[in-house]
Parts: sequence; C-alpha cells; structure tokens
Amino acid sequence: MSDAVDENTLTMLKEVMEDDFGKLIDAYLDDCNYKIPQLPQLLASRDFEQLRRTAHSLKGASSNFGAHELTDLCLRIEQAARAEEEAGLEALIAAAEREQRRVADALCKHR
Amino acid sequence: MDSQQPLKILIADDTDSDRLILESIVRREGHVPVSVADGKQAVAAFLEQRPDLVLMDALMPVMDGFEAAELIKAQAGDELVPIIFLTSLSDTESLVRCLEVGGDDFISKPYNRVILQAKIKAFMRMRDMHRVVQQQRDQISLHNRQLLQEQEVAKKVFDNIAHTGCLDAPNVKYRLSPLAIFNGDVIVAAIRPSGSMMVLLGDFTGHGLPAAVGAMPLANCFYGMVKKGFAMVDILREINQKLKQTLPLGVFCCATMVELNFHSRRARIWNGGLPDCVLYRQPDGALQQFRSSHLPLGILEDSAFKDDCLHVDMAVGDKIYLWSDGIIEARNKAGEMFGEERLLAILQEATDGEAIFHQILDAVDGYCGGERNDDLSLIELTMAEQASVVPAREEPREHRYSGLQEWALSLRLEPSTLRLFDPLPLLLSILVEVPGLSSYSGRLYTLLAELYTNALEHGVLQLDSSLKGTPAGFAEYYQLRQQRLADLSAGHIDIRLRHKLLEHGGELTITLLDSGPGFDYSQLRPLCPGADQFSGRGLGLIRQLSNAVEYRGSGSEVEVIFQWDVND
Repeated sequence: MSDAVDENTLTMLKEVMEDDFGKLIDAYLDDCNYKIPQLPQLLASRDFEQLRRTAHSLKGASSNFGAHELTDLCLRIEQAARAEEEAGLEALIAAAEREQRRVADALCKHR
Repeated sequence: MDSQQPLKILIADDTDSDRLILESIVRREGHVPVSVADGKQAVAAFLEQRPDLVLMDALMPVMDGFEAAELIKAQAGDELVPIIFLTSLSDTESLVRCLEVGGDDFISKPYNRVILQAKIKAFMRMRDMHRVVQQQRDQISLHNRQLLQEQEVAKKVFDNIAHTGCLDAPNVKYRLSPLAIFNGDVIVAAIRPSGSMMVLLGDFTGHGLPAAVGAMPLANCFYGMVKKGFAMVDILREINQKLKQTLPLGVFCCATMVELNFHSRRARIWNGGLPDCVLYRQPDGALQQFRSSHLPLGILEDSAFKDDCLHVDMAVGDKIYLWSDGIIEARNKAGEMFGEERLLAILQEATDGEAIFHQILDAVDGYCGGERNDDLSLIELTMAEQASVVPAREEPREHRYSGLQEWALSLRLEPSTLRLFDPLPLLLSILVEVPGLSSYSGRLYTLLAELYTNALEHGVLQLDSSLKGTPAGFAEYYQLRQQRLADLSAGHIDIRLRHKLLEHGGELTITLLDSGPGFDYSQLRPLCPGADQFSGRGLGLIRQLSNAVEYRGSGSEVEVIFQWDVND
C-alpha cells in the first residue's frame, strides 16, 4: 500500500463521485501531466508569478486526493516562488515530479 | 421561497478535477451545477443563468475570482447572491481581498461535502430572509404611497366641506397646516343669517385618519346649522351628540366655539378642553382669559352635556385668540416646550394689536429653530363693524328671510295615519326651514308634542286623563291607548300652521282640531300648579312656551300663538 495518497480521503471522494471517480482521476492526472512539466520551464524563464500560480493550482487539486506529500511540496514551491528564492526551487520541483509519479501510480490502482 | 427547492449553483474553477468534485457534491445535494473555468465566463453565466449561489475560485486565468465577484455583486443589485470563495485558508492577504470584493464566505481545499452542504443551506436561509425583508420593504413603501393617496383624497373631501366657510373674512386671521386635519385640528367659520359670526376650533384626539374622520361630521353639522340660523347651544349640542354617536370611545374633540355678534358687540364663548382663549382689548392691551369649563365634544350624552356660554362685551378692534395645544407644545431643539407663559408674554408685551398674530407665529417658529411647525393652529378674531364683515349685497336681513317666510299649511291625519305615523319630525322639519324659527326648534317640538298628544289621546281616542292619577291607572291608560288606536276606524286630526313676519321676527300660529267631543275647558282655569301634574293636558307647559293659548268651540279646537324675535 502506497503512502503517496491518503486512503481515507480517497474513500470519501469515491463516495462523493460514485461512477465519476475514474473520470475524476483522469482529469487530475491530465492536469498534472500538463502542469508538472511546466514547472522547470517556468523556473528556467524566471517567471516566478506563473510558477506560483501553477504550483498553487496543483496544490489545491492534489489536496483533494489526500496526496499530502505532493501538496506540501507544491506549497513550498508556491512560497519560494512568491519570495523569488531561486535556490532550492530546482530540487523542490524535481521532488514534486518524482512524488507526482508515485501519486499517479497509487491512483491508477484505485481506478 | 422554499429552501428545499433545487438551487442553481454557479461553479467557477479553472482546475478540471476541482470542478468535477464540486459538481458531484452539488448534484448529490439535489441542486443544479453550472460550471465555468474562468472569471469572465462566470460573469457571463451569472447574467444568463441567474444562479442562486456562486462558488468562486480566487485564482483563475483570463479574469480572476476577485474581479468576477465584484462584477457579479454589482449586477445582482438588490438581490442577495452569496459568493463563496474556494481557497486555501493559508493566505491571509487573499482572504482580505475576498471580503473586500463582496465575498460572503470561504471554503478551503480539500473540499468537504458536509461543510459545503452546511454552507449552502445557511446561505439559502439567509437569502430567503433577505427576500422576505425586501418584499416587506416594498410592501411598506406601497402601503405608504397608498396611505398618502388616501389622505390626499380625504383632505380634498374635507376641504370641499370646510371651504364653504368665511375664514377669508377681513376680521379673521388664522394659521392651519395644510395637512392639519391629520393632526386632528380643524377650524370652521361661518356667518349666521342674523349676521353674527360663528367660529369653532377643534382638536381631535389622535393623529392620522382616525383624527380626521370626526372632522367631517363636525364641519357638516356646523355649516348646515349655522347657515340655517341655529343657536350656538343647539349647534354645540348637535355636534356633541353626533360625535358621541359616531366616534369610538376615547376619540373626542377638544373645542372652543365663539360667536361674534357685530350688532350688539358681544361675544359668546364656549370652551371644552382646549387651552385658555384670550381676549385682547385694543385700547389698553388688557387681557382676559377664558378657561375651559366643559368636557370636550363627543364625550357626554346629550342629557349631561352643558351648553352654558360665557358672554363678554367687546369694542371694535378688540381681539380674541384661539389656539390648540400645538403652539404650547411646540418644542425647541433641546426638546423643551414653548409653553403658555411665553405665549401670554407676547400678548402682555404687545403694543400694536395688529402685529400680535404674526409676532406669535414668528416667536414659535423662531423657538423651534426656524423650522416651520406643522402642528400649529391659531386664530385671531377681531370685533368689527357689521358692514365690514358681511358685504352690503349680502344684507343679513336677506339672509334671514331666505327660506320659508310667510306661509300656511293644513294637514289632516286620518285613522290609518294616526295609527302608525308620528307627524312631529315632519312638522319640525318644515318649521326649521324658517331661519329665525330654527333656533327655537326645541321649544316648538315640546309645544307640538303636547298639543298633538292632547288631540290624539283626549280628543280622538277619548282617554280620560284622570286615570293617570295612580300608577295602576297609568298602566291602564297606556293599555287603553294602544287598544283604541289599533281599533281606530273613524276620526281625524287637523293641523294648521301659519307663519307671518313681524318687524323683528315673526309669528307662528298653530291650530289643532280633533274629531273628538271636546271638553269643558272652563274647568281648567285657574290652573292650580301641581294639582294635575299627571293630566290636565299639559296646559301649564303650553302656556309657558307660547304667547297665547285659546280653546274654541266644544274644546276640540285649540290655537296657540308663538312669536319670535331675532334679538332674543
């Protein structure tokens, strides 16, 4: 059992979504597949504002699935981007990319 | 609006997965979601779909949630459309912005079904209450408009009645707010056929329409009776009785009535419940106050009503002031009342009688901080030459003899009429059409009643008045009367009235002739007072009330002469 997502949160979410749960996971993963690759690009172009917004959006979406680790990483990226603290951002983004893959694997099992 | 009814809920969020979750929650609660992905779409969807509630993400591309919320609130106008911001509670700065743009609440991610459900319910209850409040507000404003329209109509009706008076006479100054009738204040003034002027200032208890309704019968009564020449006491009695009959308990009219006789230079004053009225003597400025000595109009039964008036001699130029308590109770900004002392001081210190009226008004207005006081009624009546008050072409004499002058009538009542009909009101209604006679209506009624009773009971029905000597006989008498009247098949009473003019008044001759056998009227002289109080045909009373009484023939015909004088 993976610790990438919180099982209780997912159970509640399943209950709410009923038949649409698979559709929800697809939507979330599509969103991540679109936004996660943007993070290193935005850092490279030093677009901190857009970096902050994208991380904020990923943070909110991930929190709904109980992906606590990923949510926390996104929050730290958001805060660093707001403060324009370049140092450490690269490592945080790399960690987020890795963590997102773990979340995706865990969610695929729940589909 | 029923809170159980499905609601249309606008969801504005640019993240697909967030939208999907919110849509699911909303749908599961039985409501209808409308989803959009940015602020611009949210505003468009709001205008098109008019949702009941908005769930708004703060950070969105194209137009963010703050701007969209501001636009939606502006478009909603009076309608309460709750906006709940979807945000993480970590960022205080954006929470403040949410509130600034009109956001009503927040909900944070991850979304919790129970919390969102509770918030939707709470806001719907709030919106329902808001609607009720607005409906009530609209209803109140509608009612208020209706009330003002109704007051306008009521005022027009009253003005039509009240403006037939002589308030524009040169010796009258008055101030009355245009809407005074709704403060309960009323002023009526009219000239009697004899040329004297009658003025009444009334102050009804209460405010608004309840205070105004009583003014209608009062004015109607006043103008009708003054025009016909009724005496002041009759008018007061009639108004009192009419108000007593028509107004509910606790509604009555404080009033002062004044009659100015320009011929004899005298005033007659009756004050029931109003503040003292004041006589100002022009040459030396001496003041005389006339305190209320009666209960207001509309309280007492006619039998208990006191109509005694104060009489006062006046010289040309002397003035009488009447006011309701509006002046005395006028308040300054500190809430203190103007008071009677200040009012009397103006009169005491006055050097020019002609200026007093405006001095009083200026003083009260000044006291109230220059604001016009609407609850303020004041009248000044000046003793003047008759001709200056009543224009020459409207000579009092002409007035006096408009209506019935010299005339005669004969009326025969046959059995079917005698059985059921009381002819007295009919006769009296004819007599009061003689302007000078109308003020004697009470006396004439008593006279006619005595004469008619004699003709019917002792003449036509042949009842023996001596029966009435004992209580048992009294009852028998009335039993017999009823029986004989019911059985009456023959007999009649002739009533003849004749009126002619004398130099200062007139003479009314009343003749009653019945079909009965008559009686020995020589027995009745001399009359012993008290000896025949139950019977004796009330002759003593008839003699007292008339100038001459004469029985004729067998005693079945009686003639009574009644003379009247305008100067009585």
